[in-house]
Amino acid sequence: MQFGIFSVGDVTPDPTTGRAPSEHERIQAMVAMALKAEEVGLDVFATGEHHNPPFVPSSPTTFMGYVAAKTDRLILSTATTLITTNDPVKIAEDYAYLQHLADGRIDLIMGRGNTGPVYPWFGYDIRNGIALAYEHYSLLHRLWREDVVDWEGKLRTPLTGFTSTPRPLDGVPPFVWHGSIRSPEIAEQAAYYGDGFFHNNIFWPADHVKRMVDLYRRRFEHYGHGPADTAIVGLGGQVFMRANRADAIREFRPYFDHAPVYGGGPSLEDYMEQTPLTVGTPDEVIERTLGFRSIVGDYQRQLFLVDHAELPLPVVMDQIEMLGRLVVPVLRREFAIGRPAHVPDAPLHPRVAATRGAEPAPVGGTRDADPAPVGAVTA
Amino acid sequence: MSGPTVPGQRSLVVVTAGLSQPSSTRLLADRLAAATERHLAVLDAPATIHVIELRDHARDLTNHLLTGFPSPALQAEIDAALGADGLIAVSPIFNASFSGLFKLFFDVIERDALSGAPTLLAATGGTVRHSLAIEHALRPLFAYLDAATVATGVYAASEDWGTSGIAGDGGLASRIDRAAGELARAMAVRSPRQRRDTFADPVRFEDLLRSPTD
Repeated sequence: MQFGIFSVGDVTPDPTTGRAPSEHERIQAMVAMALKAEEVGLDVFATGEHHNPPFVPSSPTTFMGYVAAKTDRLILSTATTLITTNDPVKIAEDYAYLQHLADGRIDLIMGRGNTGPVYPWFGYDIRNGIALAYEHYSLLHRLWREDVVDWEGKLRTPLTGFTSTPRPLDGVPPFVWHGSIRSPEIAEQAAYYGDGFFHNNIFWPADHVKRMVDLYRRRFEHYGHGPADTAIVGLGGQVFMRANRADAIREFRPYFDHAPVYGGGPSLEDYMEQTPLTVGTPDEVIERTLGFRSIVGDYQRQLFLVDHAELPLPVVMDQIEMLGRLVVPVLRREFAIGRPAHVPDAPLHPRVAATRGAEPAPVGGTRDADPAPVGAVTA
Repeated sequence: MSGPTVPGQRSLVVVTAGLSQPSSTRLLADRLAAATERHLAVLDAPATIHVIELRDHARDLTNHLLTGFPSPALQAEIDAALGADGLIAVSPIFNASFSGLFKLFFDVIERDALSGAPTLLAATGGTVRHSLAIEHALRPLFAYLDAATVATGVYAASEDWGTSGIAGDGGLASRIDRAAGELARAMAVRSPRQRRDTFADPVRFEDLLRSPTD
């Protein structure tokens, strides 16, 4: 099972000081978080993609290429890649190129984006959000698998005799997850292709998350990709930890109360009860996270959001340290217990799997039972 | 007065946005519900009645608007409204329109959820000068939601509560009886509603791929 962190990349004033970081500071902070994730033995760092203020990550592959050059084993992913407003041809090229630079240590989570004005800036219409996600992905899927593509759709100019270059590394396309909070159509799409399904698991109650994942698993089996419990599921989650619960709540509350998404709404206590947000001790985070398995079944990837609402970078680095040293080693051990042998890990590129002593794709990684060797990764 | 849906019975849901306890808005809502129940009984189409008092959910409604998901208590009320075979919607008239609390509830419901639902519109106010607020404010909202509103809307001003309670004299009781009869008949001619569960019964990917854009 993979563990990691993901960042939305928003620039928001710190509610306790009123100070917002510069874009430069925020971008460098994301790099520092990714490097820290590798240092403490996490598996994945995923960057958001946005094309409007107050967000900085408009160019994920630039970020991922830079971080890949500074790391050795961290898998770089996206949360999420905008399959709607990006040209699928450019996604095909950019991420295949990135595969070559990163020796296969990349995958993608596809998402639609929910900000209406962004769509026309790229020549599209949010009312076609689902249709764009379908058509663009169906083209992207072919561009990575067929050397020469003739294609015609409704929402993009046709292609004749087009070859996307470079070809995917060793002919193996990047693994794709499809992310959606509430659209069953996206769970259906992930199931149809036999791709992964990722639920951000931050903004919605557990029973909604369960309905989405259950639908994806059932349809994954329907489309002949294997039994429902072998479908590839990823979850988000949001945590804030201190050695004791009262300190964690006291320190996090002003950030929660002013957070862009839920600030001014429910109390921290209500939100913790109604969503997976956990503010407390590392042990409480472990207990809550292990509980996700009873909601969605044995799953493959757990990403945590730890830098929302402008928590200061030193605090965020503390959180990553605690995840890597106190939380994730226990989660690896506990999640491995009782996990059926036929439940696969998330697919890795064969080159990545080979460096980890695992079978090549589609099933990679046998590290579940072993705590990661902390800090033992620099070459 | 409220209760779970009974198989074979129709479900009448009352949404009331009164603020005081008790409120004239709730009083009107209860009169309309009781009259509708009587008419349904005569039509041999008995119904369970569920009242949603929006004041009890004011904070949860705001939270839903901000976070994008309802609390469990609010979810239960939304589910009741979406499963209704008939709806009675009653708002006080503030500043020439329905109250903000009333609108909040219909703002957090999915766009097509009330499509075709027989709906009786009613309102209360301090003066008869606001009587047409039902026609210029409530009816366009429910037309947009594609609800099947009945022709008679019931507006009760303070002075209406001092009129004769005898149906047939053209006063408030008459209007309540007429509107309730229209709602009951609209409900009785339809089979009890069945909601499609998009999770239990997904649209196939091949069909989704073919669906038209725009």
